[in-house]
Amino acid sequence: MSVTLASAESTPFEIAQAETPADTHETPADAHAAQPAGEVHTETGVAHGEEAGSGVFPPFDQTTFASQLLWLAITFGLFYLLMSKVVIPRIGGILETRHDRIAQDLDEASRLKAEADAAIASYEQDLASARTKGNAIASAAREDAKAKADAERAKIEASLQDKIAGAETRIAEIKAKALADVGTIAEETTAALVEQLVGSKATKAEIASAVKSVAGK
Amino acid sequence: MSNDPTHQFLVNKIVPIEIGGIDFSFTNASLFMVATVAVATGFLYFTTGQRGLVPSRMQSVSEMSYEFIASMLREGAGSHGMKFFPFVFSLFMFVLTANLLGMMPYFFTVTSQIIVTFALALLVIGTVVVYGFYKHGFGFLKLFVPSGVPGALLPLVVSIEVISFLSRPISLSIRLFANMLAGHITLKVFAGFVTSLSALGAVGVAGAILPLFMTVALTGLEFLVSFLQAYVFAVLTCMYLNDAVHPGGH
Repeated sequence: MSVTLASAESTPFEIAQAETPADTHETPADAHAAQPAGEVHTETGVAHGEEAGSGVFPPFDQTTFASQLLWLAITFGLFYLLMSKVVIPRIGGILETRHDRIAQDLDEASRLKAEADAAIASYEQDLASARTKGNAIASAAREDAKAKADAERAKIEASLQDKIAGAETRIAEIKAKALADVGTIAEETTAALVEQLVGSKATKAEIASAVKSVAGK
Repeated sequence: MSNDPTHQFLVNKIVPIEIGGIDFSFTNASLFMVATVAVATGFLYFTTGQRGLVPSRMQSVSEMSYEFIASMLREGAGSHGMKFFPFVFSLFMFVLTANLLGMMPYFFTVTSQIIVTFALALLVIGTVVVYGFYKHGFGFLKLFVPSGVPGALLPLVVSIEVISFLSRPISLSIRLFANMLAGHITLKVFAGFVTSLSALGAVGVAGAILPLFMTVALTGLEFLVSFLQAYVFAVLTCMYLNDAVHPGGH
């Protein structure tokens, strides 16, 4: 049922295709018959006669071939032109720009890395030289301090020696003086003793010689 | 609309044009060819308008299709084949867009017309033959003489090669045409079951569930087929172009 309905519905279209509006009032069969007559000039005119009655399967309808080929040529030709002249250079350009940019960035990165490596190397070198320099300074300072300390000690020792020597001479002086004083004291004591015991005064010279003779023993 | 599954392939005149007695009318087929060109070009043109160094989603779709075809061609026909890149890219995008547009309800499928696919296939083979003879002269005929074949077998092998070469435009065009045609007819038939069954009342509506699922599943399948057939068309084009660039083996 649907098939008959379909062919009935497709009929108005095929009438329109025949480009003969006068045929619209005729029966479907007449309309089909009118079609080849209307387009008998087409290159496939002979085939039309066979198709017309059978309700040809649309994709094999040769009456449409010429128009489809022409419009395919126009549209595909235009499409090819648009693709090859506009779109492909455009997308290709975008991709190339990106590719270049990435390559450039990679170059930049490797350049920066080399720079960083050089900086690290120079830093290491500086560090090493600074360390040796520091060591040298430290040892020089140590030497210096040691020499200074030695000199100081020597100086202090010398001054101490001086002081010791001074003290010793002073002690000797005091000792000699004390010893000298011992003679005088003995003489006075002797004079006093003689006076008490003897009752007369002895001369100073006698007492001194007596003391000296005792002291000499 | 008719329930006739082939109704969708009818070519209707929109602007009748007749030149020298030949019908060159602007039809719905022509309209959808124009639409295909407009949609494909518009998409590729406007998505790449930003020329972003970091592509947007749509821009990367355009770039992916570019790189997809470029790598396909480079693998298929080598770096010498890259001069055909605009051709293969145009073919792929045209067929793909036409197939996908055809998936829209009430839209005409340009590639379901044998004459269109045959013309595209002839264009491919014509390019192969013309470029092959232009570049290699009669050396192009080495294509039909595989190296290392014993002399006794040569006539047989050469005739097989010639036949296979001649059948290429036919297989190339019919593969695409038949896939699109059959898919759309199947889809229409199952969708027709849904409407005609649901017209039968409650039982019919329940019975219509199965064909409805089939229709949904087939729609998904047809989208896959749309892409796949465009891909196959482009891959085979690359292979055939390889014969033009390197006849007589690699």
